[in-house]
Amino acid sequence: MQQTVTSPRSSGAFGDKIFEWLCRGAGLLVLALLGAIILTLFVGGLPAFREFGLPFLWSTDWNPVEGRESYGAAVPVLGTIITAILAILIAVPAAFGIAFYLTELAPEWIRGPVGTAIELLAAIPSIIFGMWGLFVLVPIIQNYIQLPFGEILGAIPLIGFIFDSNNFAGTSLFAAAVVLAIMILPFIAATMRDVFLTVPAVYKESAYGLGCTRWEVMNKVVIPYTRVSVVGGIMLGLGRALGETMAVTFVIGNANRIATSIFDPSTTIASVVAMEFPESLMGSLKQSSLLALGFLLFVISFIVLATSRWLLRSRLK
Amino acid sequence: MNSETQTHIEASRGFGGMQVRSDAALSMKNRIEIRNLDFFYGPTLPKALKGISLNFPDRQVTGMIGPSGCGKSTLLRVMNRMYSLYPGQRAEGEVLLDGENLLDPQMDLNELRSKVGMVFQKPTPFPMTIYENIAFGVRLHEKLSKAEMDQRVEWALTRAAIWNEVKDRLQASAMGLSGGQQQRLCIARTIAVRPEVILFDEPTSALDPISTLKIEELIDELKRDFTIAIVTHNMQQAARCADQVAFFYLGELVEVAPAAAMFTAPKHPKTQEYITGRFG
Amino acid sequence: MSSTTFDIATAPAKDPATARALGRRRRMVDRLIRWACIGSTIIGLIFLASILVTLIYRGFAALDLTVLTREFEPTTYGDPDAPRGGLAHAIIGSLIQTSIATAVGTPVGLLVGTYLAEYARGSKLGEAVRFVSDVLLSAPSILIGLFIYQMVVLPMGGFSGLAGALALAIIVIPVVVRTTEDMLTLIPNTLREAVVALGAPKWKMITLVTWRAALSGIVTGVLLAFARIAGETAPLLLTSFGNSITSWDLSRSMSSLPIAIYQQANSGFPDLIDIAWAGALLVTLGVLSVNVVARVLLRKRK
Repeated sequence: MQQTVTSPRSSGAFGDKIFEWLCRGAGLLVLALLGAIILTLFVGGLPAFREFGLPFLWSTDWNPVEGRESYGAAVPVLGTIITAILAILIAVPAAFGIAFYLTELAPEWIRGPVGTAIELLAAIPSIIFGMWGLFVLVPIIQNYIQLPFGEILGAIPLIGFIFDSNNFAGTSLFAAAVVLAIMILPFIAATMRDVFLTVPAVYKESAYGLGCTRWEVMNKVVIPYTRVSVVGGIMLGLGRALGETMAVTFVIGNANRIATSIFDPSTTIASVVAMEFPESLMGSLKQSSLLALGFLLFVISFIVLATSRWLLRSRLK
Repeated sequence: MNSETQTHIEASRGFGGMQVRSDAALSMKNRIEIRNLDFFYGPTLPKALKGISLNFPDRQVTGMIGPSGCGKSTLLRVMNRMYSLYPGQRAEGEVLLDGENLLDPQMDLNELRSKVGMVFQKPTPFPMTIYENIAFGVRLHEKLSKAEMDQRVEWALTRAAIWNEVKDRLQASAMGLSGGQQQRLCIARTIAVRPEVILFDEPTSALDPISTLKIEELIDELKRDFTIAIVTHNMQQAARCADQVAFFYLGELVEVAPAAAMFTAPKHPKTQEYITGRFG
Repeated sequence: MSSTTFDIATAPAKDPATARALGRRRRMVDRLIRWACIGSTIIGLIFLASILVTLIYRGFAALDLTVLTREFEPTTYGDPDAPRGGLAHAIIGSLIQTSIATAVGTPVGLLVGTYLAEYARGSKLGEAVRFVSDVLLSAPSILIGLFIYQMVVLPMGGFSGLAGALALAIIVIPVVVRTTEDMLTLIPNTLREAVVALGAPKWKMITLVTWRAALSGIVTGVLLAFARIAGETAPLLLTSFGNSITSWDLSRSMSSLPIAIYQQANSGFPDLIDIAWAGALLVTLGVLSVNVVARVLLRKRK
């Protein structure tokens, strides 16, 4: 009899232990997953790191011919960083404009629908942006942007070469940056808007109460209050831009050479992995080099993402 | 100006502001005259203020009391057009500041707000240095040299009775001040712009009793130069600070009278019920 | 009183002309920036509208029953009598892989989210798990493809649907973790206390009451995760690779909509590009409608 009385209680405690460990185990699994990803990429890239040593980081070689195989990370790493930074430079001012408009300037009936539209656009798969870039944007750049830019800005002494290119295909660093910018625009705008909305109305009102204009309230009160979170949001966008594959692969031209102009084709880490990895031989030096590139991308984006999480910590809690 | 004098004033004033005021010298001139004011929070919502007519005599403190939601804060937000920030809110009638209707759609709101300053329920220091908090508002409306600005900042902080506490850390962040200090900083920020009218929206409801006392003394001191309107939940505060008191109930102005008369012999039965604490 | 020192007269008189001139300039700056903001909003919306319009225009033009029912066929370019191909193999492959990925990833994500919200509040391990999960949430998805390639594709000796599904499952986990934790933290402690006060063990409190109370939020998270992986392309390139016929075999390479779109869009043949647009429209419509459903669910909650 005693058994039947105590057993449900003990099973409760026992069940508690099991369930807690199940949850904790899942948590540990997530930790292990990240560890395993780093380790796999590193171990996979090890043959390449061994073969080429540190110069792998700044070598511009990409030669798959057997016997003379030589690979370097410089072109894709540079391409990744340039496209991502250009994209941020284009997207952030526009995203700020949208967020400012949606939180302070727009009439009530516009805020809801435009806000929702922008959030939904952030959900569109990146491959769609890539296709649009290839079939709509690249021809526009090829026909209307590259030549006038090259002629007018190319004449600027010292930095003119940045705009002057002999590549007339339209697929270029610039095209990739624009597509990336459009892709991360809704994301950054939505984050900024949410951050701006966290400023208590009474702070804004007391600035208006001194006679501030809307821009002065934004510039002197809202931005100083939210600065850290805004930078965190931008870093999150940068993280996305760095690791984006499909939107870039379509439009960057995938050329493994150092670009001197933003209208030159180039490549990024994600793009070169997507293009070359499926065709590389299992266990080849090329595959190892691509894994090593993957490891570098992981390190770069981890730093960016970790910084952004750290900056956004107050908002996320 | 020097800080010693200020300390002296603070010391010598003691608790003078505590008594019920009985100023006979109500000045004749009105700084603000409200005539037949209606207010709506939205096109489909009922009137939040109904036919309010009220005068704010120059350099006097007008206290506004009444239960929550009676419209006293709403009235304050009409007097500097704060409500214009929110689409759909609308005021009808006249609010005359020195004879000029500030409800006029052509009104320059930035200029209006440099004439009618506001201090809020919670302290709202901006995320910058103490000095910048004060200079910020001044720069919006005036062009001052560095020396003039220094002088103005000192003047405002002194008038707000906080100069002694912050003079050695003007370049420190304002966020590091205590709640009561922050509120006095906000008052300094408001008077630095040198408005004609200062609106106080329950300025002490978030503060401890000692800070509250300091603010009340300050209000009493400030009325020599400014016309003051103060919304408060605290009847003792109204009795201590105000020259005339207006009682609001359900969006209507029930009664307005000199403070002494209001608290000793209210005319309206509703007022009597409220000040004796039967509701609210 | 000696306080005349502090009289307003001691400060220089306010100069109305300066104030007005300053006011004019400030208003002009304000107006300029306002128009710049309106302009950038309009330009942003134009770009995004251009994407949607192109997608709808080219997608609907190519979308017909053939696309939905046939498998891949080589281009009909130069041979008008050749049979036209479709995306049936890709749609089936996508459904198989995303379903398995959701089925595998959801329970793990749910448990991790529960751990963070119910067990690990304030603990160091919890902090670490939350941080890592957030990093995984935004980590480049192609790296997850590389990882699964090394872990699954290499040992199995080739690309497989299983590898694709596992890669997608890793993407599902952090999305579900995030929403589960958020939703569970919204539940008031009084509810938990009420259940425990009845003598229920903690695991029953969680599984029978808190999960149920947060159900619509958790479902939203799962839907969002599903929508997210439905459009993922990069990791699948390195794991399930793609296939031109319908495959139900998880141990062999398997097609998926995004991969089929990618390959046909880059083929250079107009008829295949049209099919790619039709596929792109399908994916986008699917992703957006799942997102809308998720939003409606979430709004009901509030």
